[in-house]
Amino acid sequence: MIDHDVLERVLSSALRSGGEFAEVYAEDKRSTSAGLDDGKIEQVTSGRDRGAGIRVVKGDTTGFAHTADLSEAGLRAAADAAGAAASQGGGGTRTVALTRQADHRVGTVTQYPDTITKAAKVDILRRVDEAARTSGSAIVQVSAGYGDSRKQVLIANSEGVLAEDEQVRTLLRISAVANGDAGMQTGFDSLGHTIGFELFDRYDVEEVAQRAAQQALTKLKARPAPSGSMPVVIKAGSGGVLFHEACGHGLEADLVGKGSSVYKGRVGERVAADFITLIDDGTMPDEWGAIGFDDEGHVSQRNVLIENGILTDYMWDYLRARKEGRPQSGNGRRQSYMHLPMVRMTNTFVTNGTDDPDDIVRSTEKGVYVAKLGGGSVNTASGDFVFGMNEAYLIENGEITEPLRAGNLIGNGPKVLQDIDMLGNDFEMGNPGTCGKDGQGVPVGDGQPTLRVKSLTIGGTAS
Amino acid sequence: MSTARGAHAVDPALIELADKIVAQAQAGEQVEAYVSRGQETSVRVYEGEVEQFTSAQSEGIGIRVIRNGRTGFAYAGTLDPASVDEVLSEARDNVEFGTPDEWAALATPDGVPVQPIDLWNEALAAYGTQSKIFLAQQLERLTLAADSRIRVEEANYADGSGEVAVASTTGIRTSGRENGCYVSIGTLADDGPETHTGFGFAVDRNPGDLDLEKAAFEAAQRATRMLGSTKPKSRRLTVVLDPFVTAQFLGVISSTLNGEAVIKGRSLFANRLGETVANPFVTLVDDPTNPLAYSATDVDGEGLAARRNVLIEGGVLKQFVHSSYSGRRAGTASTGNAVRGGFKGTPGCGCLALQLQPGSRSQADIVSGLGDAVLIQSVMGLHSGVNAVSGDFSTGASGVMIRNGALAEPVKEFTIASTLQRMLLDVAEVGGDVDWLPMGAAGLTLVVNDVTMSGD
Repeated sequence: MIDHDVLERVLSSALRSGGEFAEVYAEDKRSTSAGLDDGKIEQVTSGRDRGAGIRVVKGDTTGFAHTADLSEAGLRAAADAAGAAASQGGGGTRTVALTRQADHRVGTVTQYPDTITKAAKVDILRRVDEAARTSGSAIVQVSAGYGDSRKQVLIANSEGVLAEDEQVRTLLRISAVANGDAGMQTGFDSLGHTIGFELFDRYDVEEVAQRAAQQALTKLKARPAPSGSMPVVIKAGSGGVLFHEACGHGLEADLVGKGSSVYKGRVGERVAADFITLIDDGTMPDEWGAIGFDDEGHVSQRNVLIENGILTDYMWDYLRARKEGRPQSGNGRRQSYMHLPMVRMTNTFVTNGTDDPDDIVRSTEKGVYVAKLGGGSVNTASGDFVFGMNEAYLIENGEITEPLRAGNLIGNGPKVLQDIDMLGNDFEMGNPGTCGKDGQGVPVGDGQPTLRVKSLTIGGTAS
Repeated sequence: MSTARGAHAVDPALIELADKIVAQAQAGEQVEAYVSRGQETSVRVYEGEVEQFTSAQSEGIGIRVIRNGRTGFAYAGTLDPASVDEVLSEARDNVEFGTPDEWAALATPDGVPVQPIDLWNEALAAYGTQSKIFLAQQLERLTLAADSRIRVEEANYADGSGEVAVASTTGIRTSGRENGCYVSIGTLADDGPETHTGFGFAVDRNPGDLDLEKAAFEAAQRATRMLGSTKPKSRRLTVVLDPFVTAQFLGVISSTLNGEAVIKGRSLFANRLGETVANPFVTLVDDPTNPLAYSATDVDGEGLAARRNVLIEGGVLKQFVHSSYSGRRAGTASTGNAVRGGFKGTPGCGCLALQLQPGSRSQADIVSGLGDAVLIQSVMGLHSGVNAVSGDFSTGASGVMIRNGALAEPVKEFTIASTLQRMLLDVAEVGGDVDWLPMGAAGLTLVVNDVTMSGD
């Protein structure tokens, strides 16, 4: 993308005004997306995003500039702007010598998006539409989206790091609307991996479509969700987002550093039952949050955050690790060349326990079974979180009974972690997610086995 | 329509580029080019020092091609000539894969005159770097001074300016530029092992007019007000939505009034035009031509004049908002409500600047007349707990109980739930305290009866 010697000159130039650290992050991304709605392929979109972000750090100040001009002149102008932003004072001269990092790929792509015809991509949407509509006569509307991207990144910094990575992702999402006597209901499902078009050889798109349709159909018979606190069982692979939001964010070193995490100063302490282990792993092949290098050129890795209930470590990016004089953990990520990196998760999950998932339901007298958790958000300072329930059922006398209408579920992250009293042995990864910290979206994965939380508040309307 | 929104100020090269693309249209083809360029600055201050300073420029082009009812689109985040040529050929190529849609077409000028609104502020354009840093530092200082129990998580200043040119083979030709700035602050208040958060912000086109004191006061109040908060008991009661929460609530309502959602069977208000859907004193207007609105604009995302539309009047559903596509398909016309997120996307349909017709009383007067109620200071999880298709409404909330006409103890970790249909009918009062927030809807205090609160 950019010549080795140009990068070295640009980095030296960026340090001219006295910066201690400079970095070039260049990106060239091609993407295709197609949408189907109301039975029609609405439109195919091709996108190209290409540019570089240059960061200069001096003391506690970070200067940042980005440009779509990847010529040496364009890069130097951005380097000057970033250098000036980081420092108003004078500086010296420093030369930079780059060493290329060995390639680090997680997973293998066999069918690159640019080798697949647009007709084949659009055909996936037609299959999804057909499968959802034939799931039941009450299905009145279907919308679906296909998206792929091939992103090449290059990261070079004044500490000599030169890393290149390529990320290929393919995504399918579907939503269905069912109409019944009591109004309309919606169902949603998605499929996404850090691979190419082989995604559709590995997974049955009809099945994904049917799941979304079935969810909407089931909810036609749903009654209002209850209101108040009760035990909640979360199905394997359907609620990992809870741990991403309610625990993961609080373990990001930037939030911890500013005292806006409930987990500040608690490394080494017991924060969960002894059967809880929480991991963030960017190296899981093909998973939605998989990366070869993070967006600061640090090789991705597997980090144990909570081990047998004990808080073992936070997640780190370059800046926060530098401040603490410790190694990075491969968690410096950003949305694009237009954004500064910060501490971000990759694939975050709770590992298997020993309980039989059926026993977990059987031993719950009255509660809620969540078969699909929706989106959510967390206040990292307080740990309070909210999640929507896309598909949920009542548990009565140890059996899953009636479906429930949509409602929110609220609780407190640290408390939930301590309130998990049963953990299944049926671990699954969940749907592809997008984490939106600070307004920047990055792809993330999550997972968990079936588990029970002693008490969560269900925000329905039924008493 | 040829609209020159302060066109003297827009780089003629952008307009020329849009014209040049349109001129390449082939027989039987509709072509639209959307060309934009922008600049932004953002400063983040922490403990008096600059933590981040970003200075960025971006540009791009999006091209839409329609032929025989099929639409193709492509974009690139650069205006470099080779890339622009590639965008046009990709958009053309993509046409082949769309399903023919008899209503697909670009907007055509509809004769509605564009109302001039001044969206550009010279003082901001000339504002210096050090002054921007000072604003963020000053906001941090004012906030810390507002209450000794407050910590500041971050203080931000940000501004942006953009210029856009849109042209089409159907006769749309418009260009304009706008700028704006804001400050925001995040606060923390420690409460034993717990921490409460708050935020405040101020928005203006002129940095000198940013109300830092109000931002500081609100950020401190939002966090400290929650000190000692507990989880309430579950019950049904009246809720008083703070202006910021009302604006978020209107954002949810807006998707039910979207003409595209209606024609595609995704609105709970489809087939209900002319019916009473809200309490008779609810009048809801979408008016992007009001310069006080944060999202004010003179033209919509397809280049048609933005206009004032009354959606609910006296509780009766009067009309939906339409883009040219949804209007054509619904057998009516565009209401000037095409929305567009920039060069990377094609226009959709949506409300641009919603406002409830205000009542007369302040929040304090409203509270003084209530017995058992709760003031909702903030909500969380609106996007996950509200379904605009079914109308189910459930959101996490925090706030302050109201007892015998006065604010009482703070409460947190509960949800409020109802349905959108019922909430509109259950509106008991609309406040007179209009707050022009940096959102697609204006805020004011709103009282809604009979909402389920779930706590312990």
